[in-house]
Parts: sequence; C-alpha cells; structure tokens
Amino acid sequence: MNIETAGYGTLIVILIMAVVTLATRWGGVFVMSFVPINYRVQQFITAMSGSVLVAVLAPLAVKGDNGARWALLSTAIVMLILKKPLPAIAAGILAAALARQF
Amino acid sequence: MSNVEPHLHELKLKHIYDGFKQLIPISLFVVVFGVAFGLAAAQTGLSDTSAVLMSTLVFAGASQFAALDLWGQQVPVVPLMITVFAINARHLLMGATLYPWLRELPAAKRYGVMLVVSDANWAMAMQAFNRGKPGLGILFGGGIALWVAWILGTWLGLHFGSAIENPVSFGLDMVMGCFLLAMVVGGKKNLRMFIIWTVAACSSLLAYWYLPANSHVVVGALAGGILGGLWMEKKQ
Repeated sequence: MNIETAGYGTLIVILIMAVVTLATRWGGVFVMSFVPINYRVQQFITAMSGSVLVAVLAPLAVKGDNGARWALLSTAIVMLILKKPLPAIAAGILAAALARQF
Repeated sequence: MSNVEPHLHELKLKHIYDGFKQLIPISLFVVVFGVAFGLAAAQTGLSDTSAVLMSTLVFAGASQFAALDLWGQQVPVVPLMITVFAINARHLLMGATLYPWLRELPAAKRYGVMLVVSDANWAMAMQAFNRGKPGLGILFGGGIALWVAWILGTWLGLHFGSAIENPVSFGLDMVMGCFLLAMVVGGKKNLRMFIIWTVAACSSLLAYWYLPANSHVVVGALAGGILGGLWMEKKQ
C-alpha cells in the first residue's frame, strides 16, 4: 500500500509516523503496569538502561570513521577523569573535527 | 535502585523548570540536528509546513531521517511503519526503565510525561534516579527543551540550512553519540555492569550485521537486561 505525497497524503504519512512513535513512547510504560516490580525486575531494568545506550553506541564505534572513534574515545577518557559530561562531549566533538581535517 | 525512595517521583513546577534549564546546553546541539533535518527535508521536497509538523508531532530524529529515505511521489506505508517502529522501539525500553517512578504518578501525568521522552532527557533522568535525586522533572522539563529545540532547528534548517556547508566535518554528527557515552561512563561501574555492557555491545553488533535493519538496539538492550535479571547483585 502506498500513499500519494500530494495533497493531504503528506499529512496522513506524518500522522501515521506520529501514532507509531507515540505507541513506542507509551507502550513500555503500559506493558510494565502489568508486571509486578520485584527485585529481579529491578535488576533487569537497571541492566537494560545502560545496555540501551551501549547498544546504540557499539555500531557507531565499530562502523564509524576514525573521527567517530576518536570522538568516543576522547569523551570516555575525559568523562573518566573530570566526571563532567559537557567537557567530555566538547572533547569528543573536537577530536572528531580534528581527525576529519587530515 | 534496590528500593525506590518516596520523593524521587516528585514532579512540581520547580522540578520541571530545573530540568528544562539542565537540558538547555544539549538542546543547543539538538537545534543543529534540527537544522540538518530541515535542510534534508527541503532537499527531499517536503513543504515547510510538513517538515515542521513532522518534527512537532513525531519528535524522533533518526526515524524522521529514515522516513525521508522512503519519501517520493508515493510513500510505502508498511515499510514506513516498520522502519519508524524499529528505530523508535528503544522508547519502549526507556518507558519500562522509568516505570518504577512513573507508577507513582496518576495515569494522565504518567503518559503526559512520556510524550516528550527521548534519548538525552531519559539518560539524564535515569542518572538522577541512580544518584538518589528526583528525575521526572528532568525527563519532562528537559524533554520540552529538546522538543522546542528540535522544532526550532527544523524551521531554521528549512530557511537557512544551506548556510552550513558540512556539519560532519566539524564533528557535529557526534554530539549525541558522545553525550550518550558520557552518560554510560558517568553511571555505576563495576565488573558485573562491565560484563553486562560487553554482552549488550556484542549482541548489538551481531544484530547489526546479521539481523534485519534497526533491530540492534532492542536486541543489545534486551540481552544486557536479561543477563542483569539472571545474574543479580546481592541485596544489601
């Protein structure tokens, strides 16, 4: 099935995207309201919250260019030393920018 | 997080305002992403109204860029829905991780707060909770800051986007990646967490290479979560 992007079609496409995205924003909370929160579920949730980020980042580090790798490495190092996110992010962007100039 | 403290779910106007302010620095970068999206949308042939409307109603950058890839005279509905769902499926996991605190709120507030959940405000909210501080104000106030920045950026990109020649060469595409990594590194670290993260990273990569597109985040996150549920910390 296709939707023409002429006329109201674009609006319909945008509404479909909005509904699907809203379902993802609400769905997890909705499903959890049926799950009893015991210690095991808490451990699952805590482990998953860091894992979401790691799972986003892993392909970025492996498939990215050297700029991306230097950026992530610099961010990690500065964050470990200073424990402040903004300098760490700044260092990462700077590293990517420098790596891509050469 | 072994016991949810009573005040952590507080969501007063002050918390929302504080959260808004805390997310302003990263929102400035989100404006730049928005500019990139606005520019790409204009180049794909979306009208100004459509692009701004999409950013306002969808508010999920990666899936919006992916939708542009599917754009043409016609848009295939089922592939669009699958793509948007797969890219945004991490919201399901974020909602689940927030549930221990969200459940203290009445349903209308609970789902209202979730309207603006995205990577940055979720990560900062979770960090606040893990430090024993209230996080829902960061989630909601910060989410509003990010949302406004995303819409504003889209609008700027439509009108002035061509002024930025090559944002990638300045490393601007790495802002969100570096931010998320800073959140990971700033979190609780021990051998157990490190092994869980390694399993999550490897599962994500395997899914990235061998499973359908966009499944890697959910696969990696679930692998890490399940390991955490099986191999539990000793209760204090």
